[in-house]
Amino acid sequence: MTLSPTTMAAVRASGAIPNAEYLLAAEGVRKEFPGVVALDDVEFKLKRGTVHALMGENGAGKSTLMKILAGIYHPDKGSVKLRGVDIQLKSPLDALENGIAMIHQELNLMPFMTVAENIWIRREPKNRFGFVDHREMRRMTAKLFERLKIHLDPDIEVRHLSVANRQMVEIAKAVSYESDVLIMDEPTSALTEREVAHLFEIIRDLRSQGIGIVYITHKMNELFEIADEFSVFRDGKYIGTHASSDVTRDDIIRMMVGREITQMFPKEEVPIGDVVLSVKNLTLDGVFHDVSFDVRAGEILGLAGLVGSGRSNVAETLFGVTPASSGTISIDGKEIVIDTPNTAIRNRMAFLTEDRKDTGCLLILDILENMQIAVLQDRFVKGGFVSEKEVTAACDDMSRKLRVKTPNLHERIENLSGGNQQKVLIGRWLLTNPRILILDEPTRGIDVGAKAEIHRLVTELARNGVAVIMISSEMPEVLGMSDRIMVMHEGRVTGFLDRAEATQIKVMELAAR
Amino acid sequence: MDTNIAAQGTTSPLAGTRRRMPPEFNIFLVLIGIALVYEILGWIFVGQSFLMNSQRLTIMILQVSVIGIIAVGVTQVIITGGIDLSSGSVVGMTAMFSASVAQASTWPRALYPSLTDLPAIVPIGLGVGIGLVAGFINGSLIARTKIPPFIATLGMMVSARGISKWYTKGQPVSGLTEQFNFIGTGIWPVVVFLVVAFIFHIALRYTRYGKFTYAIGANVQAARVSGINVEAHLVKVYAIAGMLAGLAGVVTAARAQTAQAGMGVMYELDAIAATVIGGTSLTGGVGRVTGTVIGTVILGVMTSGFTFLRVDAYYQEIVKGMIIVAAVVADVYRQKGRKKA
Repeated sequence: MTLSPTTMAAVRASGAIPNAEYLLAAEGVRKEFPGVVALDDVEFKLKRGTVHALMGENGAGKSTLMKILAGIYHPDKGSVKLRGVDIQLKSPLDALENGIAMIHQELNLMPFMTVAENIWIRREPKNRFGFVDHREMRRMTAKLFERLKIHLDPDIEVRHLSVANRQMVEIAKAVSYESDVLIMDEPTSALTEREVAHLFEIIRDLRSQGIGIVYITHKMNELFEIADEFSVFRDGKYIGTHASSDVTRDDIIRMMVGREITQMFPKEEVPIGDVVLSVKNLTLDGVFHDVSFDVRAGEILGLAGLVGSGRSNVAETLFGVTPASSGTISIDGKEIVIDTPNTAIRNRMAFLTEDRKDTGCLLILDILENMQIAVLQDRFVKGGFVSEKEVTAACDDMSRKLRVKTPNLHERIENLSGGNQQKVLIGRWLLTNPRILILDEPTRGIDVGAKAEIHRLVTELARNGVAVIMISSEMPEVLGMSDRIMVMHEGRVTGFLDRAEATQIKVMELAAR
Repeated sequence: MDTNIAAQGTTSPLAGTRRRMPPEFNIFLVLIGIALVYEILGWIFVGQSFLMNSQRLTIMILQVSVIGIIAVGVTQVIITGGIDLSSGSVVGMTAMFSASVAQASTWPRALYPSLTDLPAIVPIGLGVGIGLVAGFINGSLIARTKIPPFIATLGMMVSARGISKWYTKGQPVSGLTEQFNFIGTGIWPVVVFLVVAFIFHIALRYTRYGKFTYAIGANVQAARVSGINVEAHLVKVYAIAGMLAGLAGVVTAARAQTAQAGMGVMYELDAIAATVIGGTSLTGGVGRVTGTVIGTVILGVMTSGFTFLRVDAYYQEIVKGMIIVAAVVADVYRQKGRKKA
């Protein structure tokens, strides 16, 4: 039996919902993009009242499957059944009306409208004159928030909210559609530990109400904490579904990569040289204060702290993106004023920014243009003209060395997976031959395989005498890679830990205070 | 995501390099298509060939070469993600200033009665220089004060037009020297256009200036972090656009052998239209001078074809408006298609 989505929506409204074993079941799903098979004969089955995690490296096909379930893409082959009924979703709105809501990584709220207006948009309660009934809308929002244990003012404009609170609003909006299925795409990537705990509380609550939750994540510990079941995908193929209580971390990694990862953090002891970068009392008014530290050649200094502790701001100030209000920066004992990124580059610094899309990639340009843009400041240019041949050869070499997966260098960077984009951006900086390398979340949102490659690369750079500053929210990464860890809390340095003494607990104590 | 890509990638990133069709190819086909339609309609309604008439083709290309010179500058501005509305007014202003020092000594002159005949390089240099200054002001305003390019150049558009009227209190400037008029005669405006196009085609594709221009248009934040001095670069780009508008003003005056304060009205829109028709994206980061040259010729063919078919001037404007919108719609679809791929 195939029902049109509108009929299905009507069936839902009537309350005569068919009872099926699975809330949502996709079978034999295939999706091709020009030149790419994104999904090949994939299946996915979601039981009611469960949290089901989708696991896989970037480019494994998770996002494509999720977008098919949310009505954004249409499968080329295969069926999607909602409560045992075949459905063909035409649009995200269609999906929403059928009870499938998706919460995107980039949140889709209107910043200048209030929380209540955002939730009830398109469905605002009207008074008898046909105008929006704000009082009723506020009441509905309050009721919804009470059910979800969310503590937010319905009348506040969304732009004043933190990322975590915006996420709560998105979830409330999804629930307000009486959705049966909630799809969450890496919901914790920008949240602090406490916010994550609150989110999980809400998720558990929704689960107990019979809602099925599709949960996409790269974080293994979240999988064990929140997911009942998980499905693994690799290279567009379905690998398998298991209960998360039945497996270990290593099992999952093996399923995801199809090989054993022998060593996640290939940290080597390398000879530590002289102080290269010395920072004294660096301050950016209102953001961070009195930050002082040294980094030596061959040393990896980890920068830990919760989101909002000022870690990334320190990095931006070091690199001249937001020049310091006071304090000094010295390289090789010589004090220099870094007021633009250009000055930083001329002093052989490099900065891999936190946000690939916003401050890293030139999305519509190709790999070649992305890789060469920083090095053109002082190399491969004669009389204003770029020596195409030489710079292309250098980029080609670099992308081979970094194992960028692409048919050729003329591929647009937006068509690459996150891990490959990151490799191109790292290549951009390595071409400048830096002595000081600042990495801000170098492995965020990239797959396990690419992660290990980047870790190996950082180790190699340190061995060659590069001074590395690495910011990371992933505790195992900081602990595994750093020689020393500097911990920040609310704009101040709260302590340094040596590799030998550093533990997750000690770092957390300094970071959370 | 893709097993094919992965398999190829393990050999060499350059191994799979294939020559793609240049992006101008589609626009070129559109040009051919439009010309053929006129050719057929010509035989049906006018009883003669549209294309087999070298005189018509010469006039057609002459008419648009001034627009073309401006459009080469506008292309660079739009690649950075900006816009320049001032070029038409800058044409009027620079036409007036250059003509005022190009008047022959035999002519009864209102402005500088005691001036002897100057070599043509002086009025030409003055016109180009004033254009450069206007562009420099545009660029500085945009880069330093962060006001939107739309507003900065709108201000310049109104002020420059005011200056050209104020300069002679609205009087035209005539009686220009033979030497000055020379660059407006015969095929010279076309030569100037093509030389300018060639220079900036090379500059955009093969120089650091060009690479940085695209990088800023693609992602200004990333460009800044990569060490590009975005502010200084934008000043450069707008100054070049102003300079080219100044050159266009000089050519306009020389062609008309006179200058009037109303010269160049709406030229900025024609130049933007030629640029957009030529495939330059208003969102920045995409575009080439070759496309703009073809876009300019398309504008010329359309106008010339309408006149040839004796279509009313009113209809010409109506259709021109629609074609500009269609070009932008096509651009939007191109962007969309790219994202899905």
